[in-house]
Amino acid sequence: MMHIDRGLGAGRRAAALAIAVALVAAPTALAQSSAAEGIAKYREALQDGNPAELWEARGEGLWKEPRGPAKASLEQCDLGLGAGVVKGAYAQLPKYFADADRVMDLETRLVWCMVKLQGTSDADARKNPFGNGTDRKSNIEALVAYITSESRGVKMNVSLAHPKEAQMYKVGDKIFYFRGGPHDFGCVTCHGADNQRIRLQDLPNLTKVEGAQKAYTTWPAYRVSQGELRTFQWRLNDCFRQQRFPELEFGSDASIALTMFLAKNANGAAFDAPAIKR
Amino acid sequence: MADPMKIRASLVGDTTEVKVLMSHEMETGQRKDAQGVVIPAWFIQTVTVTHGGKTVLAAQWGPAVSKNPFVSFKFKGGAKGDKVTIAWADNRGDKRTDEATIA
Amino acid sequence: MDRKRRQVLKSGGGVTLLTLVAAAGWLRPGDAAAQSWNKAAFDTKSMADTMKALGGGEPVQSKDIVFFQTPDIAENGAVVPVGIISNIPNTESIAVLIEKNPNMLAAVFDIPPGTEPSLSTRVKMGQSSNIYALVKADGKYFVAAKDVKVTLGGCGG
Repeated sequence: MMHIDRGLGAGRRAAALAIAVALVAAPTALAQSSAAEGIAKYREALQDGNPAELWEARGEGLWKEPRGPAKASLEQCDLGLGAGVVKGAYAQLPKYFADADRVMDLETRLVWCMVKLQGTSDADARKNPFGNGTDRKSNIEALVAYITSESRGVKMNVSLAHPKEAQMYKVGDKIFYFRGGPHDFGCVTCHGADNQRIRLQDLPNLTKVEGAQKAYTTWPAYRVSQGELRTFQWRLNDCFRQQRFPELEFGSDASIALTMFLAKNANGAAFDAPAIKR
Repeated sequence: MADPMKIRASLVGDTTEVKVLMSHEMETGQRKDAQGVVIPAWFIQTVTVTHGGKTVLAAQWGPAVSKNPFVSFKFKGGAKGDKVTIAWADNRGDKRTDEATIA
Repeated sequence: MDRKRRQVLKSGGGVTLLTLVAAAGWLRPGDAAAQSWNKAAFDTKSMADTMKALGGGEPVQSKDIVFFQTPDIAENGAVVPVGIISNIPNTESIAVLIEKNPNMLAAVFDIPPGTEPSLSTRVKMGQSSNIYALVKADGKYFVAAKDVKVTLGGCGG
């Protein structure tokens, strides 16, 4: 597939992609609707007893436990609503933090607090953003699970009042529509129209308010297929991988900008995560 | 050591509803790693739930129980403030016991 | 009754019932209470193995065993919710078996007096298959089946 693609112009490649998408979306309407109904029931049955709670509990412990060279907890960390306020904080992130003179998302802010409060080195704080099994648990994922759970039911309310926030949003907008890589792909390729799917997976149209709201407010999620809690940050990273883009650097402005773009577009919807997904 | 369980025990009428999540890999022994080496089976084999010194549920599991297992069941005779204790043991000899208060 | 049993025999090719009987024979009372783990029962892989272990009576198809929260389609076989209620008096234990898993027996729950014969858990399914709920009550075995389709949607994303 790859070597054929290289021989095609951008337009031909786009056409080939369109055909591939159409073919994937071709099963009979009947099979589609009954399968969709069945899968909706499956998802409903999973709601009771979400293993994400195991991450939330571990994250709460990590938040309160004195750790790092400074033997300090994160309880004085300012997530934007004042030192130590966790409730509702995630629904207003990313935001501009004067002490860092930077727009930060939750992960970036956590790294900042681990460095400033706990005396952890920046490299150590950011070295394991995505866990894998019992041997490589990610503290960041657990903390994100706990902190986001404290915004459940809170309406998304991300501000662009500060010029740097407005600028971040603009950059995120640009990245969302930017196409590149070996497949001439962009976020918008999959998430710019209604009723797109990868096999049975519906892909949200993130250019519409409802799509952005439904997607953003349901991450992090316990990913059934992986048996892991995955953060929105992970979702972005994996989208980059699927697009064959260079790795999205953890805590980079590009990742904060995309998060800002999608979080702001979700404004007005009640946050509803950690969720559980296939 | 394994992470604590997440236990919810709530009284509805005269029935105590127990919901528990356990942190465990529940590795089947059927999977291979990137090098093609079989990942050894590692799973919870026995679970015991007790209330007031009496067993209210006893289970034996194989590796087909899902990773990070969930169980929900109900028993009669609990009261608010009572403790429910859950213990598991896996095939490596790891054990974990946690308790929750009936709310 | 007979007709139903024949249907099960047909759909399961006979293997199923024999396997169930074998499993039934292994669910000796007291095993779980003593918290020993019945290796033989969980190791069962093939028809030959189950044949060897034949012992207990044939489980009776029962309408008094009901599945709840058990979907017709599972989006991912790694986590399939299964809920089972037994309305059979004096239910002593409930077992979950997956017909097409490498090892058929997934879990056995002993239900002491005072505990409701109703529980839910989650199991792995390697492929679309029948899930069997095997109930022991008054020393007799009863069974109900539910067909669950497993679709592995998407790839890793």
